[in-house]
Amino acid sequence: MTEVVAAQRWCDRCGEDASATGHESCAVARTLEPPRYCPRCRRRMKVQVLPVGWSAVCVEHGESRG
Amino acid sequence: MPEILDQARTQVLGDGVGLDQAGVLAVLNLPDEHLPAALQLAHDVRMRWCGPEVEVEGIVSLKTGGCPEDCHFCSQSGLFTSPVRSVWLDIPSLVEAAKQTAKTGATEFCIVAAVRGPDDRLMKQMREGVAAIKAEVDIQVAASLGMLSQEQVDDLVDMGVHRYNHNLETCKSYFPNVVTTHSWEERWETLRMVRDSGMEVCCGGILGLGETVEQRAEFAAQLAELAPHEVPLNFLNPRPGTPLGDRPVVEGKDALRAIAAFRLAMPRTILRYAGGREITLGDLGTRDGLLGGINAVIVGNYLTTLGRPATADLDLLDELKMPVKALSATL
Ligand code: SF4
Ligand SMILES: [Zn+2]
Ligand SMILES: [Zn+2]
Repeated sequence: MTEVVAAQRWCDRCGEDASATGHESCAVARTLEPPRYCPRCRRRMKVQVLPVGWSAVCVEHGESRG
Repeated sequence: MPEILDQARTQVLGDGVGLDQAGVLAVLNLPDEHLPAALQLAHDVRMRWCGPEVEVEGIVSLKTGGCPEDCHFCSQSGLFTSPVRSVWLDIPSLVEAAKQTAKTGATEFCIVAAVRGPDDRLMKQMREGVAAIKAEVDIQVAASLGMLSQEQVDDLVDMGVHRYNHNLETCKSYFPNVVTTHSWEERWETLRMVRDSGMEVCCGGILGLGETVEQRAEFAAQLAELAPHEVPLNFLNPRPGTPLGDRPVVEGKDALRAIAAFRLAMPRTILRYAGGREITLGDLGTRDGLLGGINAVIVGNYLTTLGRPATADLDLLDELKMPVKALSATL
């Protein structure tokens, strides 16, 4: 449970507190954007968009792909 | 039928001569009820002077972010508080991206870098990358690396890059409102060198930067004067942290009017749907544009944002009975 909360602590689009309101537009935008902030630590990630998919690397929490 | 469409029917459809700035402006100012007729005419012009084929392209960012320039729409400028971080793509991933693109049936693969112009490191990466792609993938390679020196133009020709993209972005009179770190004329100079080199010129821009309708017409006329092989048409996708991050997106009908008008200005060019169409036009508008003068698409993702799946576009082309241009037809 703690893990889940920690994993979604920050909005991966705008980098603000994910438990605050106002991230509906972020969620809509994310359908056409890769994540930019690590949802666990809020660091800006190194993101590579490819013709098919993307990869995002947080220096602390490693790589995610979509 | 409005007079401008009658004129365009004779001049553009009949004789293949594009509309001038005043004519483009008249099309951009057409009331909504005449938009379907304008799109139909633009479609007829495209079918007559270009044919039914659609050129499919994939793009990839070789070097993302950290650009020293200040193009106000761009999330890759290092001068704004954009969340986009600087990152380089390695050669194996570049080749893999070309393979993914070729699998969609695309004949064009454009390698893009967020730079003012290439340095030695980037040119070296390009030389290795283009050679590796040519050795493994059956696809034409294009590039977009900012402003070039004559030596760099010659190097790209030598590598076998067949088309170079360098967008003027907007008309000459509005450009200083959008970019202050370099001039429209500097961009034009690169385009001139590219054209003289024999590489195909790809040059377009972004609509919705705050330009007036008159300036949109000015832009179409300036592009027509350049006569690029390809014109990619983008619609602003306002990026967080950029000076244009809060601008509204272009209204769908205005985007369609612009598509028809640009086609009527340039009957023979490859007019490509590029970025922003998903948010400006959605699925329905994508179809309307393909039936209103567009004859090329970027499939898959863009440089820092995502597109709709390539299959959605390819299924639509199939449904519209528009064949994907084959590689042999482009050589
Ligand atoms: S030169 Fe290109 S990458 Fe750099 S800020 Fe302008 S549009 Fe963006
Ligand atoms: Zn958010
Ligand atoms: Zn992290």
